[in-house]
Amino acid sequence: MSEHNNHNVPDLAALQRKEKGAFARLVDAHSDKIYRLALKMLGDQQDAEDVLQETFIKAFNHIDGFEGRSKLSTWLYRIAVNEALMLLRKRKGKLTSIEAGVELDDGEVMPRQIVDWCCLPERELMKDQTRQAINRAIQTLSDANRAAFLLRDVEGLSTQEAAEVLEISESALKVRLMRARLALREELSQYFSEMMPDKVL
Amino acid sequence: MKHSHNAHCHNTLEQLNAYIDGELDPALCSLLEEHMENCEDCYIVYNTLQKTIELCRSDGEKISLPQDARQRLYAALKLEDDLTSEE
Ligand SMILES: [Zn+2]
Repeated sequence: MSEHNNHNVPDLAALQRKEKGAFARLVDAHSDKIYRLALKMLGDQQDAEDVLQETFIKAFNHIDGFEGRSKLSTWLYRIAVNEALMLLRKRKGKLTSIEAGVELDDGEVMPRQIVDWCCLPERELMKDQTRQAINRAIQTLSDANRAAFLLRDVEGLSTQEAAEVLEISESALKVRLMRARLALREELSQYFSEMMPDKVL
Repeated sequence: MKHSHNAHCHNTLEQLNAYIDGELDPALCSLLEEHMENCEDCYIVYNTLQKTIELCRSDGEKISLPQDARQRLYAALKLEDDLTSEE
């Protein structure tokens, strides 16, 4: 086995024999990514941890059924997204009144905020307060659009891979991605416009 | 400044994502770039859209599984003995 090139790709046969070492390597290689996706989907550390654990438990139990048609990472992302969506649905059952008005990013997204905040200094753009604003903005997206955005733009999957994870067509993925990006841009523009030196344009 | 939604601006918006992802036909790219040179609003939307994606990505890059959560994960998976390769 060429450990040098492939140490991030656990041996599927060993996984399907349920070898613990192989499974530990799988967890090692993917736990950061799965955790990040879950955290951004759910906006809550404890929930993200639950999804992370559940994802690998399911992966371990169902690895026999993995046929190798997609990448292992795609398969893991799919389990994780489904777990996260299930948790979100459970939450919504309890909080229907709060969640009811949240799906702002469906339909046509016409730019309203036209402020060029790109010129703000890097320290302004990367401080903690800004990171919180980014996360709040991500949480305002609909679940479907948020998943598309996170897979494509934060995890860096290709359009094809992200569509595979979500089991939708590539064109459907592109629509969700566009809505998510434009909605996030509106949110962040609103946030940054208040920091611009001359607010009146 | 008011964003006027004329047909050119509308087309630009429709194509902006494909443009950012490098998936837009080269001929359409030049038309889009030409429009943005003359339309400040569209240019700003493009610029801030690009920056929005960049900020979200770099924020994501800073996230990794906290050490205590990693330990709980390995315990839940009964892999504690394998929790050594932290490099
Ligand atoms: Zn325009």
